[in-house]
Amino acid sequence: MNAVHPSALIAEDEPLLAENLRAELARLWPELQIVAMAAHGQAAVDQALALKPSICFLDIRMPGLSGLEAAAAMAEDWGHDAPFPLLVFVTAYDQYALQAFEHAAVDYVLKPVQPDRLAQTVQRLKTALAKQQNAPSGMQAAVDQLRALLGAPAPAAPSLRLLQIGVGNAILMVPVDEVQYFEAADKYVRVLTASKEHLLRISLRELLPQLDAQRFWQVHRSLVVRADAIARAQRDEAGKITLHLHGSADKLVVSRLYSHLFKSM
Amino acid sequence: MPIPSPIPPTLARWLGRQLLIIALITVLLSLFLVVTFNQRIALTLLYTFCITVCCSICVQGIRTGLAWLVNRIVIEPESGEASHWPGWPLMSFSIVAGTVLGYTLGNELANQITGLNSPGILDSSLRRGLTIMLISLVPGVGLTLYFLNRSRLEAAETRVQTAQRQAAENQLRLLASQLEPHMLFNTLANLRVLIGLDPARAQAMLDQLIAFLRATLNASRSSSHSLQDEFARLADYLALMQVRMGTRLRPTLDLPPELAALQIPPLLLQPLVENAIKHGLEPAIEGGELRVSARLEAGQLVLEVADGGVGLAATPAADGTHFGLHQIRERIATRYGSAARLDLRAGTAGGCIATLYLPMP
Repeated sequence: MNAVHPSALIAEDEPLLAENLRAELARLWPELQIVAMAAHGQAAVDQALALKPSICFLDIRMPGLSGLEAAAAMAEDWGHDAPFPLLVFVTAYDQYALQAFEHAAVDYVLKPVQPDRLAQTVQRLKTALAKQQNAPSGMQAAVDQLRALLGAPAPAAPSLRLLQIGVGNAILMVPVDEVQYFEAADKYVRVLTASKEHLLRISLRELLPQLDAQRFWQVHRSLVVRADAIARAQRDEAGKITLHLHGSADKLVVSRLYSHLFKSM
Repeated sequence: MPIPSPIPPTLARWLGRQLLIIALITVLLSLFLVVTFNQRIALTLLYTFCITVCCSICVQGIRTGLAWLVNRIVIEPESGEASHWPGWPLMSFSIVAGTVLGYTLGNELANQITGLNSPGILDSSLRRGLTIMLISLVPGVGLTLYFLNRSRLEAAETRVQTAQRQAAENQLRLLASQLEPHMLFNTLANLRVLIGLDPARAQAMLDQLIAFLRATLNASRSSSHSLQDEFARLADYLALMQVRMGTRLRPTLDLPPELAALQIPPLLLQPLVENAIKHGLEPAIEGGELRVSARLEAGQLVLEVADGGVGLAATPAADGTHFGLHQIRERIATRYGSAARLDLRAGTAGGCIATLYLPMP
């Protein structure tokens, strides 16, 4: 939390590799305190939000949330009491991810972790922490980087026009044009039209690529809104944006990762 | 006379070849006529040449016209062969009609040049007309047979080459899918750590990795191995994955001893086990059971990979699962035809079950 005793979280599902990263870091950077070791994405988010470490090492492929999704979830729920952690992604092999990291200027480490390479990362982290001490602006930079990363993969699936929703023995056909918004609910997705609510048995993550990105906007990691259904976006004093919909009393909160979507022309 | 050749690469080359063929036919036929009927060389050459040229043009013209009509009416789904070969009945008609027409025209042309009056087929006696037809038909039929055979041979050769190329591509893709870089580098990362922590375990892990790599490389070369070998390779792979996943991966291998010697294509089950881990167990926070089993059922060998992971619905469709399944289906179809199949269904207690039904060898 401060430059004298920086703290870090390690999120890695493979126990040996997690332990090794901890040992290598202890050798290269004895002052760094490892405050948490998370074995999956959700644990990483929960512990990061609770302990507010200054650095997060995030494995890309983890059960539950991926490293990237975990970082996005942290960015959405991070408070104002501590600077957003510096992020270092860890990956074994992922050509596309590496390109995206380079592009977004995000630090990453390849597995097996090479001590020389890790030493460079440690050096960069020390510099960045010192800079953060002088000018705490970590949040905006992190949000920009994450936006670039989240926007990177663009799987072009044909966009869905009808939702087929299983209700008992029947399949309900709901045109996506009638949907006002989708909300993630655990492994399912709540589908809200002006008058009804349905439950889709797939995750928002699977549904998202099948929606026309021009018409359906993700505004939060668990919310996707049909742009035409938005009546107005209200910004409060803290900069938080709330969406009001046509013909619905529901109000939707936009996370800071997506607040750039709402700017006047 | 008629030349049902494949489409020419360039017009000049085609024309050159046609002229060469016509010249050859002219010389051979003239020689035959001079020797047999004791005719005059120069005149015979001229008449034969004119008739050959006209027959060639007429027969090819009629054939091309008919082939075009056939292609317009019946749309052939198959190869490009269809576009130039109208079929035997129409080809026979082209040859006979083209020869009669070509002979008449060629004869008339030669008459105009020489000022003589050699009678055409239609003006001749029946016997003479038949003789002329027979002699004129020989080159047409001969050339047709020759070119037809040649184009069939070429088509067969192309098919063989395509099949070979596809087989090679499949082998490469098989290899690439089995040597998944993410798995390899993660395994090496674990190995690197173990070398420092527990050298004996590191050695065991390295041996398993070596066995796995050797089996993967051999699988693309040999056509079968025993179920016992298959299960041993799966055990190596699972041991590697267990180092990485710890207690999140809980595998059981169940091979009844009486089935151990049965032969199957090498590493047929490997992609199923890999899918079960990658799409079923790795995404599951608690991990789960993985059971690989073999049994006999109604005279069939049944191989099953069942996982207690996140299940089918959670698998993103475009995540490479389908390549593994597609590749297994292709392999068993090539090997066993329709006697084998691969089923994928949801497990009763969550997760996913992949079942392979193979005919007994």
